[in-house]
This record gives sequence, structure tokens and C-alpha cells, in this order.
Amino acid sequence: MLEIKNLQVKLEEEDKQILKGVDLTVEPGSVHAIMGPNGSGKSTLSYVLSGRGGYEVTGGSAMLDGEDLLEMEPEERAAAGLFLAFQYPVEIPGVGNMTFLRTAVNAQRKARGEEEISAADFLKLVRAKAKTLKIDADMLKRPVNTGFSGGEKKRNEILQMAMLEPKMCILDETDSGLDVDAMKLVSEGVNALRDGKRGFVVITHYQRLLDHIKPDVVHIMAAGRIVKTGGPELALEVEQNGYADILAEFA
Amino acid sequence: MGLPQAKLDSTEARIAALSPLTGAAWIETAQAGALARLRAMGLPGRRDEYWRYTNPTGLNAPQAAAAAVFSVSDESPIYGNLDTLDIVFRDGVFDAGASDELSLEGVVIERLGEAALADIHWAKDVYGVLEERGQAPVQRPLAALNTAFAHDGILLRATGVVKKPIRFVYLHESETSDAMLHHVIKVEEGAELTVLENGPAAARFNKVMEVEVADKAAFHHIRAQGRDHERQAVTHIFARLGAESLFKSFTMTANGVMTRNEAVIELTGNDASAHIAGVALGDGDFHHDDTVFVTHDAVNCESRQVFKKVLRNGATGVFQGKILVKAGAQKTDGYQISQALLLDDNAQFLAKPELEIYADDVACSHGSTSGALDEDALFYLRARGVPRSEATDMLTLAFLAEAIDEIAAAEIAAEILDRLEGWLARRRG
Repeated sequence: MLEIKNLQVKLEEEDKQILKGVDLTVEPGSVHAIMGPNGSGKSTLSYVLSGRGGYEVTGGSAMLDGEDLLEMEPEERAAAGLFLAFQYPVEIPGVGNMTFLRTAVNAQRKARGEEEISAADFLKLVRAKAKTLKIDADMLKRPVNTGFSGGEKKRNEILQMAMLEPKMCILDETDSGLDVDAMKLVSEGVNALRDGKRGFVVITHYQRLLDHIKPDVVHIMAAGRIVKTGGPELALEVEQNGYADILAEFA
Repeated sequence: MGLPQAKLDSTEARIAALSPLTGAAWIETAQAGALARLRAMGLPGRRDEYWRYTNPTGLNAPQAAAAAVFSVSDESPIYGNLDTLDIVFRDGVFDAGASDELSLEGVVIERLGEAALADIHWAKDVYGVLEERGQAPVQRPLAALNTAFAHDGILLRATGVVKKPIRFVYLHESETSDAMLHHVIKVEEGAELTVLENGPAAARFNKVMEVEVADKAAFHHIRAQGRDHERQAVTHIFARLGAESLFKSFTMTANGVMTRNEAVIELTGNDASAHIAGVALGDGDFHHDDTVFVTHDAVNCESRQVFKKVLRNGATGVFQGKILVKAGAQKTDGYQISQALLLDDNAQFLAKPELEIYADDVACSHGSTSGALDEDALFYLRARGVPRSEATDMLTLAFLAEAIDEIAAAEIAAEILDRLEGWLARRRG
């Protein structure tokens, strides 16, 4: 479903190549984990796929179900079914969380030619989904992410994911800033969305998230490329030995 | 020290064709006093400290520049969902036929022209009195001009809790109209009154509103200045607040080549609260100036100034806001924020926040910022599927929220929000 071929990306502002030819194919229903040392380009990959400014694609392609992601505006990518759970969810004072969620859901429906969801149906849906993520009414009323703790922000990301029901989810270091309980909660939220069709790319530094969200495939990224691909055991190897051994093979 | 000849000349030229409203001794005394003040000050000039950012030439000129009438046929009237007592002015002249009957429980409503004929009138203690108090330390010559020569206006004296808002509707129908209105409002002890204003009023409009808020009284003021592009306006609100009283004023300005809104608020009774807020939206040939002066002269009072501007395509915004805390005004809680959202590189915001504090046990804070939309927030919204134009509007309204929150009545805030959404939506692209 997600097909990335030889993706090369540099920063717009400076002459610095970040991605040097990334190849990645995610089949429907599968969970791919991307691990790798700091600065290897993991977050850049997530930003480029979701359409953030500041990057220049210098080669390669990224397709979602046959549609060229790189040709689309960020909102079009979202409507096409791509979702990025941010490493650092943005605080938006003055915009209510509920208003934001409803606007987003309806904007995507509209873009896909579907009918907008009624206020009552929306409320029912959001309440049910919020409950399983232990998001209370107060958090829904407050401005988007404003004054939220790290855990609250990440739970809010998963709530958005649950409401938007994307085809393809990219989780960028969703475990960062989470304590053990919060990580479990977030992971349960993600696992609830695994339905055999939806694809996931889970970017993380640590094996422990993958204890909760079990990946089918694990990739190691370094210096702008995917340098090794394997099964879940690859994550365990990283946990035990660090990246040095793996990277040494490619030095 | 005499005035420069140019000031003398422009002042005499401005008043040459004007004559004061005829009335009893009390108003003629007030008018004569104002005229003497005006002659002593002269009309404002670019070298005056408080006119550095705003060019008063068009406001001073003997003749008002023509301004095309902006008609909106595709839009429901503002405050259309509210039950109000309407008082209509066409190009600055009261229109009895279009107005509601001037009768409402808890408030006495009179026209200035009629009240002026009474030998004894309560307005004697307010008309020109608060304006004169507001002339120091900063001069406001265009307000003195108004006191001296206004022919029309409304006098409101609230003695109880007035159930529905009184609305002044200002229609602009003549391209060359030059209007002056002078309203006087007295909210007696324990009384509550809401005054709404809407409309551009005239090609050139000079308005003064003097408001005396007695002990434990509350006054709410919400104004929408109309979407007339070419009109010019200078307005002054002078308010004096008694103990435990509340004064809240909110202004929305969309469009207008020249707007100067001055608010001069004096907290003279303990535990009083004054909130002045405004949002201004400018696209193109737009100049909007909020000049605010709040004086704390009593203990344990609170004041807030919240001004937000959205500017683009050559628009200019000005904020000059001052909090003066006099000696003895302990436990003052003063807050001031002025912010501009610059939607492109071709817009400017000029701000002069000032604090002057002579008491030692006060909390005063102020902030002023200008900047573009937060790109991270914009991307976040778009990454969730919200199209750029809609996301921009959401963030713009979020930027304005703190000022809109200053409107106490939810149904009035909803009317204002609806207007703002409409203005933004028309400019999408």
C-alpha cells in the first residue's frame, strides 16, 4: 500500500542531503518498525511523507495505493488516508480540541466526497473513543494540546488517528516522553486500530514500544538509508548490542 | 506659548462653517468651554506625540473627503438575532421613523437636542465634563471639537437593570456626509446597561461617548464599525468608574481607510473593573489606531486592554495604550496586550505600550507582539486534512479569541464571531 522507492531528500535551506535513497514497501495490515540512531533520517522520512515544508525531494518516489504522495498538499495526503502521529504534537491555543477534531473529520470526508458527520453522531463517536484512551471531557474541551502533559499529547494523537481512520499510520517516536503506563495505553490504542488492512510505520529508538506494538518487519535506518531489514528479532538485537555491530557491517 | 500658525489656521478653517447646537445655559457653557479648549490646543498634527503613527489631515480638513457608500445586500444584518431597542441615525442625523419608540424600562432615553433646551438637566454634570477630564495629560482636540459642535446624540440614564440592549444603528447613505454625534450615558448605582453600536455612520464621523458608571453599576458596550472601505472615523469614549463598578467595551473594525478609536478610562472608586478590547481586520487601504489611556486612581481596581489586529495587503495597525497608576492606587491589577497578525510582508503594526506607576503594591503586565501565522500549527492542521485556507482562518480566529472572550454576553459574542468568519471567508483564495 505504501511504496517508497529510492527516496532522496535534502534540506531546502542548506545543501544537506538527509535521505539518500530510501526503499520501503508496507503491505496492507502490516506493522513496520523503523529504528536507527539519532540523525539517521527517520523523522525526516515521516515529515516528507506527510508534506511538511522545508524539504526538497531530489529523487525517488512515494506512492500510497498508487497515488503519488509527493505531488499532493498535506491535506490531500491526509484525505488520501495518510496519518502522521507527531513526535511533538503542536499546541494550538484558541482552537478547541473538539472543534479541531470535528473540522478535521469533516474536511477529510468532504475531500473524499462523503457526507459530513452530524454533530450528535460525532459527539457519540468521540466520547466512546476518548473513553478507551482515558481522555476525559475536560481534555476534549481544552484548546488543542495546550497545557497537555507529554502523555496527554500522545493520547490525543491516537484519538485523532482513531477518529480519522486512516489507511496508513506513521508513528514518529510516539513513545518519547511516555511513562510505562502511558505507553501501554497508547499501544493499546494503536493495537485496537490493527484490523488486517491498515498499515503502520512505527518509528522508535527503543525495543520496549515494540513489546506492546508487535511489528512484522523491523528496519534499521542509518545515514539516510535503510541498511538492514529483518523480523522482530532485529529489534531485540539492537536492544542488546546497540547499533554499532549492525552499522559496522556497512561501514 | 502660542500655537504654531499652521495649527491656528487649520483649527479656524475647520470651525469656520460650524455652529453650536442651540440650548440652555448649561450646554452653551459646556460648548464654549470646549471651544476655548480646542483653540488653546489646536487640531492635532503629525508632530504631536500621540499622532506620530496616524495622519490626522483627513480628520482635520474643513471638508470631509467623499467616501463611496459600501452596500452589503448578501448579508444578514448584524445583531439580527437579538432583541434590541434600535436608535437609527442616517449620516449622523436621528431618524425617528426608522427608530423604535424611545421608551424602555429602567432607562430614560432622550435626544441631545431636546435635553439641551432644558434649564436643568442631569447631563450638565457629564456633557463635556468627562471629555475635559480626559484632556490631560494627553490632549484630544477632536473630542473638544465634538463637544463644541455636535448637534445630535442620545442621552441615556439607566436607573435599573435594563433588560434589552440599546442599539445605535449608524447608516452611511451620502458620499459626502460629515457627521458628529455626542452621546452621554449615566448608569446609576446598581444599574446595568448594554449599548450596541453598528455601522459606518458617514463619510467622515466624529463621535464622543461620555459614560459615567456609578458605584456597583455595570456598563457593557459592543461596537461593530461597519465594512465601509472609504469612510473615516475618529471616536472617543470617556468613562469614569465608581466603586465596585464594571465597564466593558469591545470594538470590531473591519475595513476603513481611517479609524482612530480613543478610550479614556478613569477608575475613581475602589474595586472597580474596566475592560477594553478590540479586533481590527484590515486588507488593503486600511489604517486603524487604538489609543487607550487607563488611569487607576483607587484601591484594588482591575483593568484589561486586549487588542488584536489582522493585517495584510498594505494595512496598518496602531496601538497606543497606557496604564497610569496614581500614588495610592494600591492593589491595582493592570493588564495590557496588543498583538498583530501580519498575513503578508506588506502590512505593518506600530505599537507604543506604556506603564506609569506611582504606587508600590501593584501588578501590571503588558505585552506586544507582531508576527506571521505559526507555520507548525498550520502544518499540524493540514496534516489532519484541514485545507490551508480553512486552517488559516481557524488560526486567525484563535488569535482573536482572547479579545472576543471579553464580550460577556454569549449571544453577542456569537454575532461578532459570525461576522469575523464571514470577513475571513470572503478573503479566501
